[in-house]
Amino acid sequence: MAFEYAPAPESRAVVDIAPSYGLFIDGEFTEATGGKVFKTISPSTEEVLSEVAQGSAEDVDRAVKAARKAFEKWSALPGAERAKYLFRIARIIQERSRELAVLETLDNGKPIKETRDADLPLVAAHFFYYAGWADKLDHAGYGANPRPLGVAGQVIPWNFPLLMLAWKIAPALATGNTVVLKPAETTPLSALFFADICRQAGLPKGVVNIVTGDGTTGAALVAHEGVDKVAFTGSTAVGKAIARTVAGTDKKLTLELGGKGANIVFDDAPIDQAVEGIVQGIFFNQGQVCCAGSRLLVQESIHDELLDSLKRRLSTLRLGDPLDKNTDIGAINSAEQLARITELADSGEAEGAERWAPACELPENGFWFRPTLFTGVTQAHRIAREEIFGPVLSVLTFRTPGEAVAKANNSQYGLSAGIWTEKGSRMLAVAGKLRAGVIWANTFNKFDPTSPFGGFKESGFGREGGRHGLEAYLDV
Amino acid sequence: MSERLTVFKTYKLFVGGKFPRSESGRVYEVTDSKGNWLANAPLSSRKDARDAVVAARKAVGGWSGATAYNRGQVLYRVAEMLEGRRDQFVAEVAEAEGLSKAKAAAQVDAAIDRWVWYAGWTDKISQITGATNPVAGPFFNVSSTEPTGVVAVLAPQESSFLGLVSVIAPAIATGNTVVVVASEKAPLPALSLGEVLATSDVPGGVVNVLSGRAAEIAPSLAAHQDVNAIDLAGADAELAKELEIAAADNLKRVLRPQPVDWAAQPGTDRMTAFLETRTVWHPTGSLGAGGSSY
Repeated sequence: MAFEYAPAPESRAVVDIAPSYGLFIDGEFTEATGGKVFKTISPSTEEVLSEVAQGSAEDVDRAVKAARKAFEKWSALPGAERAKYLFRIARIIQERSRELAVLETLDNGKPIKETRDADLPLVAAHFFYYAGWADKLDHAGYGANPRPLGVAGQVIPWNFPLLMLAWKIAPALATGNTVVLKPAETTPLSALFFADICRQAGLPKGVVNIVTGDGTTGAALVAHEGVDKVAFTGSTAVGKAIARTVAGTDKKLTLELGGKGANIVFDDAPIDQAVEGIVQGIFFNQGQVCCAGSRLLVQESIHDELLDSLKRRLSTLRLGDPLDKNTDIGAINSAEQLARITELADSGEAEGAERWAPACELPENGFWFRPTLFTGVTQAHRIAREEIFGPVLSVLTFRTPGEAVAKANNSQYGLSAGIWTEKGSRMLAVAGKLRAGVIWANTFNKFDPTSPFGGFKESGFGREGGRHGLEAYLDV
Repeated sequence: MSERLTVFKTYKLFVGGKFPRSESGRVYEVTDSKGNWLANAPLSSRKDARDAVVAARKAVGGWSGATAYNRGQVLYRVAEMLEGRRDQFVAEVAEAEGLSKAKAAAQVDAAIDRWVWYAGWTDKISQITGATNPVAGPFFNVSSTEPTGVVAVLAPQESSFLGLVSVIAPAIATGNTVVVVASEKAPLPALSLGEVLATSDVPGGVVNVLSGRAAEIAPSLAAHQDVNAIDLAGADAELAKELEIAAADNLKRVLRPQPVDWAAQPGTDRMTAFLETRTVWHPTGSLGAGGSSY
């Protein structure tokens, strides 16, 4: 018999969400010009969490001007002093990490065990790491006394709201830039809480500005003449639009875009570990991860054995209340995203792939999608080519390492890949041929502030994290 | 009303995370710059030095095996704890070195910031000292640095606190453990630093502080077969030469004394002096002609 799990909800009481939030410009919360607002909801219940300001082009202009004004003093501070501000921020994030984890789970829909054990520790670590660079830029390999660019306009996605903020703000500030950041429309709250952390840290006003809004707000930001640097994480389509917008300007651009990661399992791989890695690769954060291992390439001889294990494992995943500490699969971030996943998954069936999902009940309210896999997928299927950004795995097969590499590289994207084999030389040979920015061997979805992240091909350019991540914010 | 009589502190060594007196039972008189009595400091023996090496060796595995991120946070914690005891150290440094309050405060502030500087280095030093090497063959080849082990440190004689921190922090940032011999005439800030380290999440044995005569203790450390390196910052030319000769017996890494402006931002030399480079080769195999042309 199976033992039922008792509910184990994390308390909401640690977080106090205000009924409304303004824009954080020049160290103050201010209403949007024209007073427009929009609601942010909890995707697991559709409950309204708060109302936030819809930033207009005028608001963006105010924020950029505030950042420009702050840039002069901030960039002139000794690196050691900038470092100490960032260390303060890292420590305050550590102190408030449970509050922020619950907030992120409420606003995003992802399980508390992920926000608590992955997002928040990585956020604090990222600030801690780049804090240390602020007074060591001479040692970073970009020549003596590398200079900042100026005002950075940063637009981030909804899948890891606070972590993407950290990836953007920490290196920008460490190198002496000031920022205007536009969080995603559906997940603005953690960025607004970050504004409060800036206050607690005593960060000079105008160094960090948060302008909430929809795509038009982001477009106004990247187009603004006062912005010296544009950093964007999101879809490849929007990334291309941004590349067109900044064409002909002096704006430095880095893009971290979509992916269709190949997770390659050879016949000598430890099956149980590989199954865990496959699950981690595609079902972490409901598959709403740009570097997800969304294409499983399995060597033909172990296909049936691996699929049996994988299906058995998927049947044990727990889908439901993201605040429950035992939940593995949370809610999809928005109705819009759910519709996109649903449409692509349906195309998989229509094009002839075989669909499978474990039996599991979906909650009545909110946006949910069963962990799903498709077998019999060909390279021509849309579910093998397009980024689904959801908990949907496409399974393909191969016979030789060369075929695995050819299929893995047969994509417009080149962000991540996985290799499962016990043979080191084969792993390195395959890794050396994969056109992808991050390759995990016998593991998947590992992140660390010291390790550069970013893509080849249409997954974007520039790196975030590590020593390499400094280059995006330096005039080099 | 009579003035309240103050309570003096018994200054003790800091070894293996504990605060022992010298096993020899000896002390020596420490005075301020005008010759006024400040305290009786332990006069460490060669046995104390050997005990300290044992403690330092025991701590190597845990400390060098901790993540660089963890070491960084521990070093940053030292800065946090020191900031809270800033006034105490300003007073001690002013007395020890005959400085005005303002000048002593500048030394202490710089020492706190130095911990922050090295806290930031723990997870970066290997990124600037390591390399992947493009060897002419089908091999993955990567060089990385790691700590050498136990480092004996003769702290600077004149700069009793800033100089001290400037030699301890770089050695432990990379994962070494140290036995440090404090400034002979001004050992009190160093002994007090032990109290800070003991409350800063620094594992016992990572830093061991001895006070006494360098000429008596240092030869034991320089000749000790379980010490991997020695920093001669606080030795005069004659002692330095004698110690370097003794150190050659097991080919300790030796950092010779040199004129240093302790107030200036350091480079990476005090870290790289106590690092070993390890290079790993691994065949990369071949995919034959079936590779990718995408």
